[in-house]
Amino acid sequence: MAKVIMTADDSASVRQMVTFTLKQGGYEVVEAVDGKDALQKLAGTKVDMLITDLNMPNLDGIGLIKGARALASCKFIPIVMLTTESQDSRKQEGKAAGATGWIVKPFKPEQLMAVVKKVLG
Amino acid sequence: MIDQHRQAFKEEAYELLTELESSLLELEERPDDQDLIGRVFRAMHTIKGSGSMFGFDDIAGFTHEVETIFDMVRNGKLQVTGRLVNLTLAARDQIRAMLDAADSGAGTDLEATAGIIVGLRELAGFQGAEAPVQKEEAKEAPRDPVTYRIRFVPSRDIFITGTNPLTLLAELKELGTCTVVAQTGGFPSLEEMDPEGCYVYWDLILTTDQGENAIRDVFIFVEDDCELKIGAIAEHSRYDEQQDYKKLGEILLERGDITPQEMEAVLAQQKRFGELAVSQGILHEGKVQSALAEQKHLKEVRQEKQVADSSSSIRVPAERLDLLVNLVGEMVTVQARLSQTAAQHGEPELLAIAEEVERLTAELRDSALNIRMLPIGSTFSKFKRLVRDLSAELGKQIEMTTEGAETELDKTVIEKLNDPLVHLIRNSIDHGIELPEAREAAGKPARGTVHLGAVHSGDSVLITIADDGAGLDKDAIRTKGIERGIISASAELSEKELFGLIFAPGFSTAKTISSVSGRGVGMDVVKRAIEALRGSIDVSSVRGRGTRITVRIPLTLAIIESLLVKIGNDCFMMPLSLVDECVELTREDVARSHGRNLAHVREQLVPYIPLRSRFGIGGCAPDIEQIVITRVDGVRVGFVVDHVIGEHQTVIKSLGRAYKDTEGISGATILGDGSVALILDIPQLVQAVEMERG
Repeated sequence: MAKVIMTADDSASVRQMVTFTLKQGGYEVVEAVDGKDALQKLAGTKVDMLITDLNMPNLDGIGLIKGARALASCKFIPIVMLTTESQDSRKQEGKAAGATGWIVKPFKPEQLMAVVKKVLG
Repeated sequence: MIDQHRQAFKEEAYELLTELESSLLELEERPDDQDLIGRVFRAMHTIKGSGSMFGFDDIAGFTHEVETIFDMVRNGKLQVTGRLVNLTLAARDQIRAMLDAADSGAGTDLEATAGIIVGLRELAGFQGAEAPVQKEEAKEAPRDPVTYRIRFVPSRDIFITGTNPLTLLAELKELGTCTVVAQTGGFPSLEEMDPEGCYVYWDLILTTDQGENAIRDVFIFVEDDCELKIGAIAEHSRYDEQQDYKKLGEILLERGDITPQEMEAVLAQQKRFGELAVSQGILHEGKVQSALAEQKHLKEVRQEKQVADSSSSIRVPAERLDLLVNLVGEMVTVQARLSQTAAQHGEPELLAIAEEVERLTAELRDSALNIRMLPIGSTFSKFKRLVRDLSAELGKQIEMTTEGAETELDKTVIEKLNDPLVHLIRNSIDHGIELPEAREAAGKPARGTVHLGAVHSGDSVLITIADDGAGLDKDAIRTKGIERGIISASAELSEKELFGLIFAPGFSTAKTISSVSGRGVGMDVVKRAIEALRGSIDVSSVRGRGTRITVRIPLTLAIIESLLVKIGNDCFMMPLSLVDECVELTREDVARSHGRNLAHVREQLVPYIPLRSRFGIGGCAPDIEQIVITRVDGVRVGFVVDHVIGEHQTVIKSLGRAYKDTEGISGATILGDGSVALILDIPQLVQAVEMERG
């Protein structure tokens, strides 16, 4: 059975690109437009991995990571955050909240796939 | 589809560019408006970021340059000036052009791009080299495999960050040969254990050619909160010579798992070290297992290595090699002096030493010169591209075949050969190979062939450029030669001489001047370049079947074997590669030839050049002179000298600018006794004499 990955991003173009790349790689994808939307969807579906942006309206990435880790189904799944180079402090914050790793924006499809492979195996 | 993303990005980018333009125009009026500067920067930043994400790498790279400048402006390091705005506007137009071009598939104007970048960099006040270029991942040369000892102790709570250590181990295994030993010594009793904690750690022995950074990359997400030790344990070349890999105790000692005292205490008992250490409670069994695994791993790796026995190599700056060869050259000179002195003294002990030194010097010279040898193949592949491009340009179908790419030549020679070879290949393509229709009409395959070959021949390398084109037109060459006044109308020329005319200055038989093979300045330049390398060039051709050009090049330029000869009190060197044999010339022989300078050698007439008169050396020739018979372009020509002294290793020294054009002399060398001997330029001498005779 194909593994399910959730992408949470308020930017439609990034979401589109992530979804496309992951589907090409044989994964199933669930999209969420912000942290709140993501948490709601996580409660109902089982996902194997979460890729989230940090800056999102309603609930930001850090909040999402904390919320997800509190769910039994998401306690041990890999969570990867999308950051920009300048956001080193945010990166630390995300790690403290329970993120597994990060991808620095801008990134290319190959880089995304490499990280997915790294944390999901 | 991916095109969809690209389309989305382009729409976004067009919008941003429009916004950028208006921001820039406003900025010109209010150059200090931080808000505007920020807007320009952000627009550039987004275009760069999304551009590289959706495969517009050229746009991303170019935009990065502009962004860098505006980052400086934003930080107050650079003032907004009219010139900056102009350049940025130009850059904006360029980005737009690049976006447009991406659609149509047309290329963008790289010069314009480069021009803007240079302009911006100048403005920012840094030179190209210091410019903050986008971080490029340094391409590392393939290196020898190194074995690393890795200890990975994850933090207790690694699982709650969603990290699965096993995927990391799996990733490591992809880097090379990997032995994993799990260390379970840290497990607490069941009551105390946190079921969600990680109590295991791993010792890994990894042999990889990827380097330590690749290993660290594997752990990039966890390295901050885990204990990670990576250390290289063995350079393969080093332990190759050892009989066995390190003893168990040594490994543990090196790892700091055991102190020397502990080890000695254990060793004193003369039992199996590992068992003892464990039973005494100094070590946990896992550690011993791990060290044993390392021992085994390295044994295996070494076995593999012995099987493969891959040839390792190191890179050395070219200057160092040149220095080495120069030093060897000096050494050869000194050695010659030593031999000479030893011979004069006639002391057996000294003679023995001198002989030993002579033998060693010869070996040293050969291996030093060998270091500078490179396979000619790298040049060949460049020519393949040339052939491809040129044939497309001329509408010809041409295939290039190569042979002997592994043939080695001195580095300098290869470099200097490049231009002449390019010229010869161009000639073959332009003048040699016919258009497809013409070829088919002549019953040949439409696709022509240019063959490039290299082969060793004695102390030289033969490079052939052969095509199966139209061949040389003897009549056309003859007509042209007469027209150009190179030969007289009545001249009777052999085929060889006729073909030789194409190397005369200002000779060209092509009916039209094309951009490809030029204006008839080519072949004489080629010939001179080859001769400057002490090489020769030879043409053979069959009308309608093709042309073959053979270039003969000596293996090295720095040191040659030569024949030392003497005229009066002066010594001269003749390159041994050109010398066929030596015969005597008596007064009677001279008288018999009636001043025609021809010698009878085994029923053959060989013309000779009396060097004594040629060089205007006074004094009387001895009763029996020597003729050194050389072979130049397949023709035997003798050189009359007083004495032939013998073979000599000649370190070539150039004569300097003042003597550059001296006829018949290609260089000089220093003899064992410190005197100077001139090196004769045999082909040039022969040519000069031929010219004088008409």
